[in-house]
Amino acid sequence: MRPAASLATRVPMFADRTNTIATIALGALLAYLAYAFGQWAFVHAVWRLPADAGSLPCRAARGEGACWAVVVERARFMFFGSYPPGAQWRPAVVCLLFVSVYAASVMRTFWSRWLLASWIAVSAAAVVLLRGGWLGLADVPSESWGGLPLTFLLSTVGFTLAFPVAVLLALGRRSTLPAIRTLSVVYIEVVRGVPVMTFLFMAAVMFPLFAPQGFAVDKLVRAQIAFVMVTAAYLAEVVRSGLQAIPRGQYEAAASIGLSFWPAMMLVVLPQALRVSIPPLVNTFIALFKDTSLVIVIGLFDLLGAAKAVIVDPKWVGFGAEVYLFTAAVYFGFCFVVSRFSLRLERELGRARAA
Amino acid sequence: MSQSCAPRVRIGPRVSWRGARAKAIGWQLAVLAVAMALVATVAVQTAINLRARGIASGFDFLSRPAGFEIARGLFSFSSRESYARALLVGLLNTVRVSFLGIAIASVLGLSIGIARLSGIWIVSTVSRAYVELVRNTPLLLQLLFWYTLSQGLPAPSDALNPLPGVYLCFRGLFLPAPIWHDGFPWIGVEAPTLAGFGFQGGISISPEFAALLVGLSTYTAAFIGETVRGGILAVGRGQIEAAAALGLSRPHALRFVVLPQALRVIIPPSTSQYLNLFKNSSLSVAIGYPDLMSITNTTLNQTGQAIEAIALAMAVYLTVSLAVSAAMNLYNRATLRRGGGA
Repeated sequence: MRPAASLATRVPMFADRTNTIATIALGALLAYLAYAFGQWAFVHAVWRLPADAGSLPCRAARGEGACWAVVVERARFMFFGSYPPGAQWRPAVVCLLFVSVYAASVMRTFWSRWLLASWIAVSAAAVVLLRGGWLGLADVPSESWGGLPLTFLLSTVGFTLAFPVAVLLALGRRSTLPAIRTLSVVYIEVVRGVPVMTFLFMAAVMFPLFAPQGFAVDKLVRAQIAFVMVTAAYLAEVVRSGLQAIPRGQYEAAASIGLSFWPAMMLVVLPQALRVSIPPLVNTFIALFKDTSLVIVIGLFDLLGAAKAVIVDPKWVGFGAEVYLFTAAVYFGFCFVVSRFSLRLERELGRARAA
Repeated sequence: MSQSCAPRVRIGPRVSWRGARAKAIGWQLAVLAVAMALVATVAVQTAINLRARGIASGFDFLSRPAGFEIARGLFSFSSRESYARALLVGLLNTVRVSFLGIAIASVLGLSIGIARLSGIWIVSTVSRAYVELVRNTPLLLQLLFWYTLSQGLPAPSDALNPLPGVYLCFRGLFLPAPIWHDGFPWIGVEAPTLAGFGFQGGISISPEFAALLVGLSTYTAAFIGETVRGGILAVGRGQIEAAAALGLSRPHALRFVVLPQALRVIIPPSTSQYLNLFKNSSLSVAIGYPDLMSITNTTLNQTGQAIEAIALAMAVYLTVSLAVSAAMNLYNRATLRRGGGA
């Protein structure tokens, strides 16, 4: 690991005067911005609205103070969408399940085959719990799912289903069999060469044309398939670089103890290759987590979709900045924490390999 | 498939050459058969569905009049013109926002990358905060945020007027434009004037375009900044010390010693960031800037030719992506050769 050296420590010819002037000038500017933001976001902000005042107090404070009342009043909708309010403990439990499986995934103690199994199990449990229709739980169609659990669901299920496809594609790309290699390369390069948006549109308007008649596939499922197709291609490249990092001796050792291709891959090569790839896999997951927000263009209400829906309400029109800042804070909280863990894992793995 | 794991590595007990070859051909045929069966099933099913819905497939719709207007940009378009021309205008709009975005993102990204390594604590901290903030929130959210900010601006009648002739309102940014006269002094300035619900004359920048441009370039700049930082760190310490020993000042060391060497490391990943910006411009659908993706969306909604419209859009994006990648590979090979010879 290269020490985080700054140019200044590396170039010992740094004028102190410039340093001081820049610090003071930038510091003053920052202090001013922080003061202005503090005035807007805290001092003059409207946190609560009296009953039947509409959003008038917020409109009166416009330009001077933020209207956090919109976030306070609509928080449940922003987190859970239009899921039936009486049953919102279910999406809440789903979110907890997802967060715990993410937490387990970034701890090295939990790295085993069971980790893969737990992703599958949690995804299945989430769908069953959100859907209901058993044990006296009310049946909630997927059109009513929304908010944070939908974002978690789309990204987790997308990642879990794309993963085995990605491993096959990565092995296919490194295959010596020309037909298999060509198919894998074409798939990976085509998907990575077009915007995710084109796949979502494909899911929205083309998939219904592919399915047999009278067999309508749910919009959420279609969007999910699009994300699986796209993520598989990106993940395949991550897995491929993991495979490349495994020294040839490992392949040869597997061969020398008489393992044929699949046992050699499953027992020797992939366990090592995937372990090396975990930090970039986490980064791909963060990218997917952010990209699921694209579902709003086909009319699904994930975390961002719910936020966008809030400000369509005439009462809250014009308070987009507050709503989006809050949503950004939620996304940031999640992605930043996960990316920190990814960095730490990278360092630990680097040290483990150097030792 | 006994020898397919890695090039030139044979795994598994030695099998006869004939047996291995038969197995390899068998595997490939099986995979090809599955792939073809999948494609054929989808094709047949789609044909049945299209006939049932009375949709004629083909690209004839391209020559029909579009019947929708595209907000006035650089390229004019009227509703009587064809879908083909509408899509072309969309593509030109995509290219326009991509080029401008790439230019801004490069300059901003280079500054951020250098600032990240600044010895001035406040400079490196601020640039680091910027990178983390931008990279850990969805681009679509940032675009919607910029767009919502632009919609919070005053109405045209109370437009902000920071400089003479410059107006900023929720209808966009209006700037004076140079105009050419026949007589002396040949060049003049036409300032925008308030007319009805907007401004007339001069250069106008729509809020959709502005939000997309700001969003795309600030987002991509954060990623380019990290690439630049990595590139600078990859330059050997000896190079920097040598520059210092020569008596070069800090900016000169950066300009003449560090950056030229860092560029070799910076350019390949930056190109993929440029391609990402190009592909991400399709997010304009959410804020209504008439780029290729938005026009494709309108076209498929109006004509019902979903497959053709999406295939066309995919083909265009793919062509650009592959062409840029191929050019990049050539460039890399040339640089490596030069580097190896030096």
